[in-house]
Amino acid sequence: MGLLITQPKGAAQRLKDGVGAALIALVLGVPMLGLATADVGGALAVITRWPLLAGFVGVVFVGRLFFQWLIDIFSLRKKRREQARPAVAKSRPWLTWIGFAALGLAVMLPIAFSGNRYVIDTATTVLIYVMLGWGLNVVVGLAGLLDLGYVAFYAVGAYSYGLLSTHFGWGFWQTLPVAGLLAASFGLLLGWPTLRLRGDYLAIVTLGFGEIIRLILLNWTEFSGGPNGVNSIPRPTFFGLPFKPDSDDGATFASFFHLEYSPDHRVTFLYYLILALALLTNLFVSRLRKLPVGLAWEAVREDELACKAMGINVTNIKLSAFAIGAMLGGFAGVFFAARQGFISPESFVFSESATILAIVVLGGMGSQLGVVIAALLLVVLPELGRDFSEYRMFLFGAAMILIMVWRPGGIIAKREPTLRLGAAA
Amino acid sequence: MSALNPHDPASPLLLEVENLTMRFGGLTALDNLSLQVPAGKVTSIIGPNGAGKTTFFNCLTGFYKPTEGSVRMHHPQRGPMLLNQMPSYHVARKAGVVRTFQNIRLFPNMTVLENLMVAQHNALQHASRFSLAGLLGLKDYRQAREAALEKARTWLTRLNLLDRADTVTGNLSYGTQRRIEIARALCVDPLLLCLDEPAAGLNPRESAELNELLLYLSREHGKGILLIEHDMSVVMRVSDHICVLNFGHKIAEGSPQHIQQDPHVIKAYLGEEDKDTEEAAA
Repeated sequence: MGLLITQPKGAAQRLKDGVGAALIALVLGVPMLGLATADVGGALAVITRWPLLAGFVGVVFVGRLFFQWLIDIFSLRKKRREQARPAVAKSRPWLTWIGFAALGLAVMLPIAFSGNRYVIDTATTVLIYVMLGWGLNVVVGLAGLLDLGYVAFYAVGAYSYGLLSTHFGWGFWQTLPVAGLLAASFGLLLGWPTLRLRGDYLAIVTLGFGEIIRLILLNWTEFSGGPNGVNSIPRPTFFGLPFKPDSDDGATFASFFHLEYSPDHRVTFLYYLILALALLTNLFVSRLRKLPVGLAWEAVREDELACKAMGINVTNIKLSAFAIGAMLGGFAGVFFAARQGFISPESFVFSESATILAIVVLGGMGSQLGVVIAALLLVVLPELGRDFSEYRMFLFGAAMILIMVWRPGGIIAKREPTLRLGAAA
Repeated sequence: MSALNPHDPASPLLLEVENLTMRFGGLTALDNLSLQVPAGKVTSIIGPNGAGKTTFFNCLTGFYKPTEGSVRMHHPQRGPMLLNQMPSYHVARKAGVVRTFQNIRLFPNMTVLENLMVAQHNALQHASRFSLAGLLGLKDYRQAREAALEKARTWLTRLNLLDRADTVTGNLSYGTQRRIEIARALCVDPLLLCLDEPAAGLNPRESAELNELLLYLSREHGKGILLIEHDMSVVMRVSDHICVLNFGHKIAEGSPQHIQQDPHVIKAYLGEEDKDTEEAAA
């Protein structure tokens, strides 16, 4: 299947390819379309449908030609772009402007859509994935360690808040750092024995770790509530002011600010909360990327052996990437638990890890803005596709394939240098 | 055996290899090799393909654990240390022995300047207090960063790479990448620089520049240089001392003039009978 060909084909080759596809369609089509069974006077008889078959083969032929032509155009354009690429890495200020524009939109969103709970809820989900994507970006995008069990750290964060708040009455802000540290230590725990593994092997071990955490949460009923999960997790308060209808026991957010109570207040507050957390994450990660440790993460991704020859302790660098990625996942988990009010192992299945990984890969490994765009796509596309009911996932998959054909390195594939001699002078 | 005087104040003994043996299963890649490398001099290791030269480098720099023997580094400040018992990153960080690779190993998607900054990771990481001071942008860290940039700039200038500083390394030509790899190794502040075929793929002008650089580093900076090279125009011009390996054995050692006339070396390189080609070897 020449889906991801990079070399443009000529017209003759395209024709040949189309004929080949049509032949395959013919062979497959004879039993599937050309022949059919029908009820003829009470007996089963085979009837032929040659016009239908001819139409099918024709559609395959033309479709394949068109598809190849599209791919040719794309690869030609890409070649031209690559040739035009200057040797010296240029800075791209427009990327920064897109970032600021996106931030402006994110801040304005609850005001523009005030009262529309669905939009704000979806935007909150997008932001959770953005934050998770930024966390995993440290591990996969920067340090180049394939982690298929990232959701385990998300679960550690969520259950930390769920259990500490319901059993010991801890608040959201109290739990946040503790859960982050806990998730980071789980990251170290996983990383210590496994980071000497490379590539595929590390991926398998992290996949196993993710499943272990989920299975423990599912089966250790006394600790985690098992499949019933943790219920009635307290919601975060606005500096001690709860979001609930006016009552006699103490001030609420609405009564304190003399507002009419509305459930939208909490939704909006949660939205801004995750926006702030995500922005902090972004600030933290982009700052780290410019520090020696961030540079070393990328160097380890590029060439581990060369790092050793430069005197870099590769194990420590990988561990720090793992721990920081895990910590950010833990933070996101705390927010998730506080937003849902209910958590169960159902929320931390492998497909979540896969989605977060897809966000990082689709966005372009290491790109912060790419993660935002990819998270938006991955959350909003299935939402938009609701009208197509069962074809939803099909459309979603097709969109992913098209994006990867169009931009094999991710939406924002080009890496921005962390420092320049010109700027540093 | 060796003409070296370890107590010569002009070129003190830096590296002392004793009875180094490396076996891979039944194959003996290095057999009972002993060698002394002084500071401020260029010591070359030559030999036909498969003679064990790169294996020797891998044993020095902690990438392989030798089967027998010892590699002792005489650090002027920190005293003697056994390289064969250290993890590979300690060899560069603590002992100051830094190597380059036969097949260039740069960080291809990073710029030249970033490559040189990664080489200064340990000093910078220390100054950033494991990122805490760096996150806050404290003065200590900013100063250390400035110093690191300055060092990078110095070596970039010396190796004629300054205009390439912000270029992505993977896009550069082979000869330029070789120079970047040397510049990156120099940013680690090595006492002993181990270069694995630095002249491979260079044109004559670039090789001449390499000769001049090697002499400059050894004479002006007092660095010990250990060189694996096939290009005899480089080896014979810059080496103070040459060690010839064949099938893991040391077959000859001495000055360039001495090596050119050594019958064992000629035999190893050219085979036995053909007397006419002796001149060509020299």
